[in-house]
This record gives sequence, C-alpha cells and structure tokens, in this order.
Amino acid sequence: MSALQLSHDELLKVYRTMRMIRRFEERVMEEMGTGDIPGNTHLYAGQEASAVGVCLQLEEGDYISSTHRGHGHSIAKGVDIDSMMAELFGRASGTCGGKGGSMHIADLRKGMLGANGIVAAGAPITCGAALSMKVLGSRQVAVAFAGDGAMNEGVMSESFNLAKIWNLPIVFVIEDNGFGEATANAAVSAGSFTRRAESYDIPTLEVDGTDVFAVYSAAGEAVERARGGGGPTMLHVHVPRYYGHYSGDPDTYRTPEEKKAMRQERDCLVSFRRRMKEVSLLEEAELDAVDQEVEAAIDQAVAAARAAPFPPLSALTSDVYVKYL
Amino acid sequence: MAQKSFRQALNEALHFEMARDPRVIMMGEDLTGGAGANGVKDAWGGAFGVTKGLLGAFGPERIRDTPISEAAFIGAAAGAALTGLRPIAEIMFVDFAGVCLDQIMNQAAKFRYMFGGRAKTPLVIRATYGAGSRSGSQHTQALHSIFTHIPGLKVVIPSTPYDAKGLLLQAIRDDDPVIFLEHKMLYDTVGEVPDGAYTIPFAEARVARDGKDVLIIAIGRMVSVAEEAARKLAADGISACIIDPRTTSPLDEDTLLDFTDKIGRVVIVDEANPRCSVATDISALLADKSFDALKAPIKLVTAPHSPVPYAPNLEDAYIPTAAAVAKAATSIAKR
Ligand SMILES: Cc1ncc(C[n+]2csc(CCOP(=O)(O)OP(=O)(O)O)c2C)c(N)n1
Repeated sequence: MSALQLSHDELLKVYRTMRMIRRFEERVMEEMGTGDIPGNTHLYAGQEASAVGVCLQLEEGDYISSTHRGHGHSIAKGVDIDSMMAELFGRASGTCGGKGGSMHIADLRKGMLGANGIVAAGAPITCGAALSMKVLGSRQVAVAFAGDGAMNEGVMSESFNLAKIWNLPIVFVIEDNGFGEATANAAVSAGSFTRRAESYDIPTLEVDGTDVFAVYSAAGEAVERARGGGGPTMLHVHVPRYYGHYSGDPDTYRTPEEKKAMRQERDCLVSFRRRMKEVSLLEEAELDAVDQEVEAAIDQAVAAARAAPFPPLSALTSDVYVKYL
Repeated sequence: MAQKSFRQALNEALHFEMARDPRVIMMGEDLTGGAGANGVKDAWGGAFGVTKGLLGAFGPERIRDTPISEAAFIGAAAGAALTGLRPIAEIMFVDFAGVCLDQIMNQAAKFRYMFGGRAKTPLVIRATYGAGSRSGSQHTQALHSIFTHIPGLKVVIPSTPYDAKGLLLQAIRDDDPVIFLEHKMLYDTVGEVPDGAYTIPFAEARVARDGKDVLIIAIGRMVSVAEEAARKLAADGISACIIDPRTTSPLDEDTLLDFTDKIGRVVIVDEANPRCSVATDISALLADKSFDALKAPIKLVTAPHSPVPYAPNLEDAYIPTAAAVAKAATSIAKR
C-alpha cells in the first residue's frame, strides 16, 4: 500500500488519529503525576500506527477487542476521547460511568468490545463476535488485538483453532513490542508466532508496526479475506513500547540508550511526516495545524473530566444484573 | 525485635526456606523481571517486589520466570509437587486464577484423594488479592471464599508481617496444596518480625485484641479495619475482642466457638462478596454450635454483592470501613 492511494482527507485522518493517541497517552502520563487519575494505566505510545492502520480498514459496525493497553485501539475505533478521559478520572460521564477504568474501557456502539484486564481473554470473545456476524448474516468482521506475551496463553491457540474450524470473519493482530511487563519475549516464547498460526492453516503476515501504510495494507488483505468469507488471518506486527509496562514502572530492564534509539529511529509520527514530505502530499503547515487541533481537544477533554462529578454511591450496586428479582 | 515490612517478611521466609531445602523452587511471571535488554535481570522481583534478590541467591534454575500461561505453569508446579519438588508458584493477581482454575481445583486439590492417599502435593500458590488500588474489577477481587470451598486446598490469609513470615514458612513445609493470599495494600505495613525462622501452625487463630463486650472476627486486611473500629468503640466504652483466623481452611473452629461462648455478641468482617462466603460460613458455624451463647444476632460487615468498581468514591464505599464495623458492633453491644 502506498501513501498515494489514500485521499488527502484520509491521510489527514491517519495523522490526526495517531497524533491524538500519542498526545492522549502523554497527557495521561502527566495527569497520573497530579494524582487525579486513580490507579495505574498502561500506555500505548509508540504503537499508534498499528491501531490506526488496522482500524482504518474497519467500518463502524465491525468489532474490535483490546488488551490492558487499550487507549490506542479505542481512539482508533472512534471512541470519544472526552468520555475516555472522564473514565480514566473515574467520573460518571466516562465511557463506563466510571466503573470500568483504563483497563475496561468499552463502547459497544463503536464496536469496541473492551480493553481487558486478563491477558488474552479478548481472543475467544472476539471469536464470539465473529460468530455473531456469521450467524446473523452480516458482512461485518472482528479484530482481536493481543500482545506478544498473550501469545503464550493457551486460550490464544484455542481461539486460532476455533476461528479456523468455524471459518470466522476474524483478524488476530499480535502487537509485538518485545516485552510482557518486564520480561523479554525472547526469554519466554518458543518458535515463531506466525508458524503457530500457520499450523492451524491460518494465513499470516509479518508487519513493521511503525509504518502505518504497511499495517494498513496488511490489514486490508486480512479484512478483505474475512469479509469475503475466507476466514481468519493473523498479523504479527512489530512495534516499540515507549513507556514502561505501566505508568508507575521505572523501566530499568531496558537501557537508556535502547529507549532513546527506539524513540529516535522507530517513531511512527516522525516517519509519517518524513514520508509526506517526500511524496509532497501533505504540507508541514497542515500537519502543524492538526497538532494544535489535537492539543486543544485533549485540553478540553481533561478540563471536562476534571469538572465532571463522580458516580453517585447508588452506582456501586447497580448494573450487576439487568434485573435480579 | 526488628521492624520489617510485610513484603520483607515474605522475602525472608522465601530466602530462608530456599536455602534450607533444595527442593523448594519458585516460578511465576516477572519473578525476576526476565532476561531483558543486555540480560539485565531481577528488575522487579515480581510485580510487587516480594521475590527481589532471590535470583542472585539461587539462580535461574530454582527461581524462574514463566511465560504468561497460568494454566501451564500452575499445572507444571502441581506436577512438580507430585514428583519430588516443593514449588512455590506466584499468580500475580488472584483474579488470574480464573485462567488456571482447573489445575488448582480439579488437579492439585484432588490428587491425594483420588489417588487413595498415595500422593502428596506440597505446592504453595502465592497470589495478591484485594481492593483499594483503583485497579478495576479484574485486579481487585478477594477470592478466598472460593478456595475455601474446595476440599483439598488449604487457604492462608495473613494480616501482619509477623504472621506473613511464620505462615509462609509453614505453608512451604506443608505437604498439601496451599493458597497463600497477600493483600496488595498490606505490603508496606510494618511490624515486628524476628530475623530467624519460625512457623505458625495452621488452624490456630490469633487473638489480635482482647475485649469482653463484642467479638469481631476479621479476615486478612480487615483485621486492621477491625482494630481501628475497636479504638472507636473503646472511646464509646465498648470493649471489642478481635480474632484473626489466619487460615480459613483449616479453620480454628474451637477458638471461634470459645470466644463466641464467652462474649455472645459477634461481628464478622470480610472484604469478600457476601454470598456463600467465609463470613457466611463462620456465621453458620457459630449459629449451629454456639446458638445458646448468642445474646444478639450475628452481624456481617462485608463488601456488597457487586464487582469492585473503579471510581475512587465507589471503591471506598465497596470496602468495609471501620465506621461500618463500629456501627454493627454498637448495634448489638447493648442488646
Ligand atoms: C491472565 C493474566 N496474567 C497476567 C496478567 C498480568 N499482566 C498484565 S499485562 C501483562 C503483560 C502482557 O504482555 P503482552 O501481551 O506482550 O502485552 P503488552 O503489555 O506488551 O502490550 C501481564 C503479565 C494479566 N493481566 N492477566
């Protein structure tokens, strides 16, 4: 896929969404420092091109499921950043009414089946979403995002098998940032991820996850296969993770040089801008204007979140059931 | 005696027992922080720093980082326990036991019984539990009631650094599978802990505070909440006795019954959901065996029947408070 095949507006949207995710994450990290965002969050910064490249191939009615590192996928799928920010602040106006938090952001209206606090749990749930589409006769598809660490949970393999035997319209996107928390993937994973999927006769693609066009193109192939009734595909996407595993992680298992090099050489926003200059498709000034627009949107989301009330105490025991008695 | 944190107390127990018994091994996610960049190791010492320093002392053969694959490594730990090792496996958050419940509930817990008593499973599963960290519904549960329900498992839930060390040493030396639950919010609490090794037998409740008007039975972290309540009650002229069962399976029924007989008024405090729980179990025991001694209804102070919420105000309302305990105690003290 070359940049030339996207329209001017689409290119701007790609940049805007990647930039939005990056600034959202940077701002969340800052706000964590104020103590106003409770708990901890897992930041997606560095991996933007993966979520954006994949979700650009999706329609509003398509489903995605995410991981504990779910902000990027949510934003790329079109979840409103105001309600996401409010959710992080634990406010009633949040996507989940303040009851979910960072690890459980979900918005079914946008096809976002939820971030997930349980590693790999999204894969079988997404098989279920794909099954729904198939049984209901829709042409929608489902995408399950998971990390390299998740690949070692048995339920991933079980999901591959199910997806294949049921010929489900699903794409597994394995975002490999080289680490599961503080443990290097190389220390805990045998063989190759693509070969694992291939052993279930699931076609695979290996992708540079800092190149949004490469991701877009691979996702296009996978989504087309799924939509056309051709069954599952697995994308193995290589991405950098800019921050520690979570917002409080001092990240001492990676050297400062390694982290610096990662940011200098594998930044999807920098390479996007460079590419645009090379092919003269977007002006610097246009991109700068997007930066400002994003900045303002995030300022506004934070201000609104801060001003919003916490959930009423009655919310503690509501929503446990649709109806109990 | 030296003042040490709960975390330090556990770390000492692990150090001591691994040094004493070469069959003791450990496994879990990020126990050492894996082989990161340039082979840097022991970056974390487990998600909560409890296993820090063990890698240097015992090497990667005996303290190993696992893939994120609870069913596989908990099952492997159970198999190793069955065949000569004494593994300690760590489930980072007890919520993740959902992934490997089969290995705990249908395998490890049943080996001895199903094999006609011809097997031992000296396995310790350490896991963190509990609310208070603003981590949302899947990282904050208190699941001791579920494990207590399963025959074959022993369940330990310490409330002080001193108990944490003594009970962990006991757990590692026990020949049955033990679920050892550590409340995340207790790791930094400090108390007196001897340098040397000592064990605390199972089914031996601790009298955390003596008193005569109301008996408060509190589980795990709720012991400190009960203590705070007892101070409030004392100011109102009500003398509260606090008992910490320390193990919910086996349970020290005798002590709980003796004190119930003596005091006749009981409040049970537990952070777990209320239905089919340790709190209801103890309540049923007392009602069954000490009914005649009861001077008032048994009061339960627990979390509501809901998942743990994320919003700070809701999570605070979820966790039983000292005020709620004091209120319950007051309501029965004068009856
Ligand atoms: C079943 C389960 N086990 C362990 C954890 C703790 N945990 C949270 S994230 C994580 C690492 C996941 O690594 P990976 O899948 O590579 O995703 P990444 O964090 O790199 O995005 C672990 C071990 C969990 N949440 N769920």
